[in-house]
Amino acid sequence: MIPMAEMVGITKEFPGIKANDNVSFSAYEGEIHALLGENGAGKSTLMSVLTGLYKPDAGSLKIQGKRTDLSSPKDAVNCGIGMVHQHFKLVQPFTVAENIMLSMKNLKQIYNRAEIEKQIVEQSEKFGLTIDPRAKVWQLSVGQQQRLEIVKLLLQGAKILILDEPTAVLTPQEAEALYTTLRRMAKNGRAIIIISHKMTEVMENADRITVLRDGKSIGTVRTQETNENELAKMMVGRDISEVIKKPVQKDGKEILSLREVSVFGINRAPLLKDISLEIHAGEILGVAGVDGNGQRELADVVAGMRVASEGKVMLLGQDCTRSGRKKRIQMGVGYVPEDRMTTGLVTNLNAYENVALKEYRNQPGPFISWKKIIQYSKSLIKKFDVRLASAQNPVKMMSGGNIQKLLLAREISSEPKLIIAVYPMRGLDIGAMNYVKQLLIEQSEKGRAVLLILEDLEDLFSMSDHIAVLHGGEIMGVVDPSETTREKIGLMMAGRREVDIHAS
Amino acid sequence: MPLKIFGDWRLKKVEQASPLKTVVITLISICLGLLFSALLLLFTGNDPGEIYGDIVFASVGSAYGWSETLVEMTPLALCALGVSVAFRMKLWNIGAEGQFYMGAFGATFCALHFPNLSQWILLPLMFVAALICGGIWGLIPAIPKALWNVNETISTLLLNYIAISWVAYLVFGPWKDPSGNNFPLTAAFSNNASIPSIGGTRISYAIILVAVFAVVLFLLLRHSKWGYEIRVSGSSRKAAEYAGMNYVRNILVVLFISGAISGIAGMTEVSGVLHKLQQSISPGYGYTAIIIALLGRLNPLSIVLVSFLMGGLVVGGYDLQTLGFPSSISSMFQGAILFFVLAGELFCNYRLVRKEVQA
Repeated sequence: MIPMAEMVGITKEFPGIKANDNVSFSAYEGEIHALLGENGAGKSTLMSVLTGLYKPDAGSLKIQGKRTDLSSPKDAVNCGIGMVHQHFKLVQPFTVAENIMLSMKNLKQIYNRAEIEKQIVEQSEKFGLTIDPRAKVWQLSVGQQQRLEIVKLLLQGAKILILDEPTAVLTPQEAEALYTTLRRMAKNGRAIIIISHKMTEVMENADRITVLRDGKSIGTVRTQETNENELAKMMVGRDISEVIKKPVQKDGKEILSLREVSVFGINRAPLLKDISLEIHAGEILGVAGVDGNGQRELADVVAGMRVASEGKVMLLGQDCTRSGRKKRIQMGVGYVPEDRMTTGLVTNLNAYENVALKEYRNQPGPFISWKKIIQYSKSLIKKFDVRLASAQNPVKMMSGGNIQKLLLAREISSEPKLIIAVYPMRGLDIGAMNYVKQLLIEQSEKGRAVLLILEDLEDLFSMSDHIAVLHGGEIMGVVDPSETTREKIGLMMAGRREVDIHAS
Repeated sequence: MPLKIFGDWRLKKVEQASPLKTVVITLISICLGLLFSALLLLFTGNDPGEIYGDIVFASVGSAYGWSETLVEMTPLALCALGVSVAFRMKLWNIGAEGQFYMGAFGATFCALHFPNLSQWILLPLMFVAALICGGIWGLIPAIPKALWNVNETISTLLLNYIAISWVAYLVFGPWKDPSGNNFPLTAAFSNNASIPSIGGTRISYAIILVAVFAVVLFLLLRHSKWGYEIRVSGSSRKAAEYAGMNYVRNILVVLFISGAISGIAGMTEVSGVLHKLQQSISPGYGYTAIIIALLGRLNPLSIVLVSFLMGGLVVGGYDLQTLGFPSSISSMFQGAILFFVLAGELFCNYRLVRKEVQA
């Protein structure tokens, strides 16, 4: 059988880094082929070569056995290659049909919209993807938008479909439905390529797995002939330690309590609704939920960057609903925000100046002693093993893991009572991830309260004392990880209340 | 990714330019700007060598030239220091011209109403009045900016025209000198309302203010908490709010200070040089100040240096006018230099490399 896409000896170099080093890869008709690797392993670069975005420095590309040179993404589309990016490329105010028309190759100046809409419905139903061609994109859920992206590719005549981290934004149930669809499309004569760093998901759904590490291909294996341990070893290059488990904590003093907190956005649309929860000293409260269901607002309200429209925020028994960020910092709220590059750090300032972001207030008088800040920064950098070429360079030149370490070092060293961490492991490699997990657990053992917002259920289960599930800005339930299952959490993430699940 | 320029030439991003490289690139850019202007002069049938010679001679070729250059430098440097404070926070205050006029207005108000106060009281009074008037002119656009994020570039620019017209109204109307043969001028300031000159020159003691402001701003921006907050706020509003800084208050404070310094420049001009208020008190100091602030890379000390060069260019321009050239000639030089310096910045961040053609 001739592979639908075959890449041989692909090398792609960027200033200072070999993103792909002699990588070979092939995808056959009818298979789901997963590209597995840590962040920065070269998965996206390899797929950018396949979609014509990058021109490889060396290596060749064959599409259905024919040697092909892709000089632009348009060439790739013409060869039947399509990609669903992690961040969808959709025009929000346009309808589904209008978005699809944008990408149609032979759309005439005068077109028949009804005809196109009919085509969309036909194509999508063939694969069990229901979609209303007249709906506006901004009204669609994330899952529906993803479906639209897939339908778009199908109508372009894509035979090779690449999906970049397709389940990152989906509930477990939605993810399952997606894979059913993908499986059907593969059977229908297409090749599906999934970019992922989630091992369990890949093991359950892919036929073959190619593992990349540091830009090199470590090997391609059949899913049936491998196991998670072997894959992990291929990904990391060494055995990874067993799951990090937090020891159960005894009841400590109440640190944070939210009482029926609501936050309204524009048009009084509720972003958070009647949130009540407590966190005690030494406790990690995990928050689960599909991205965009109020996590960011919850973190901002607790951190003092957003004022609750209704309800009360109590810190150490003190009402601080109205107090701003500065007051909360003084009361001991450490915050590791989701957006570390624009919120948590100032990326064009250097490491010292970023440590000063919190430290500068602790100095007396109107002036800053940079000498003291530099001394303090040096001790942090050493203690937390932050690797940097020069502390004088802007932090944007540091690697993602080290940037996160610097941010955590600053927040943790300010001796907070409560630490809010939003997706603190996002974008880190396994080594750095484990480090961050360990660090947060250590903090709770020292008697600090931790509000931990995560997307990975495995990590939530292993790290949290309790898990609160957010959906549409409301808490669907707070559960003990030892007494619940992933499925139950999944249902709650999709909007079922804990009480309803128990009733049924 | 290297950017394709021409043929097999590519632009490659470099990590960080050394200070030496930055200075060399800036100097080369200035030379290229002058070379470009020379070409334009050639096209109009002039000898560039002769004209450049004239400029140098007029500005620094004699004691009188030096003194004139320093006289021009004072308002330029103060306005440039003023706008640079706002630019540090990425607030694009291009209203220094208007703030300069309002400062002159405030100072003149005191000079005309209390001409007999002792110099030791009147001059500080004029100083404070100029500071407040200029500051308020900076504060007006700051309020809508802080509350509703109204673009300050447009509002500061438009306020210039209001300030200039306001001064014109005063000198044509209520403040016109009755014994002035109907010229649009106020009466000359009393001696008590004039900043004394140094020796027999036209340079007023106000030039000391340039040094004081430059040093104070340098220290504040680099070593004070406030300067640090400005730097963080200018880089990322979200980060500033995350660190608990009062971003809105900083906008108001920064634009007030920015306007106040330009206002003080207005006072030094009417009280130290003109000794009266007239319709036109500035050949565009507030606009040239923007160029100076950018050429000086917002560093207060470099700004003083660049102001001296620009002051020389202005004086040279006056001299050329007496030879029959249009007054816009020095604006052309300024424009050409700024254009090449900004274009030259590219080479601080990128390097031109030649890539071998692949077989």
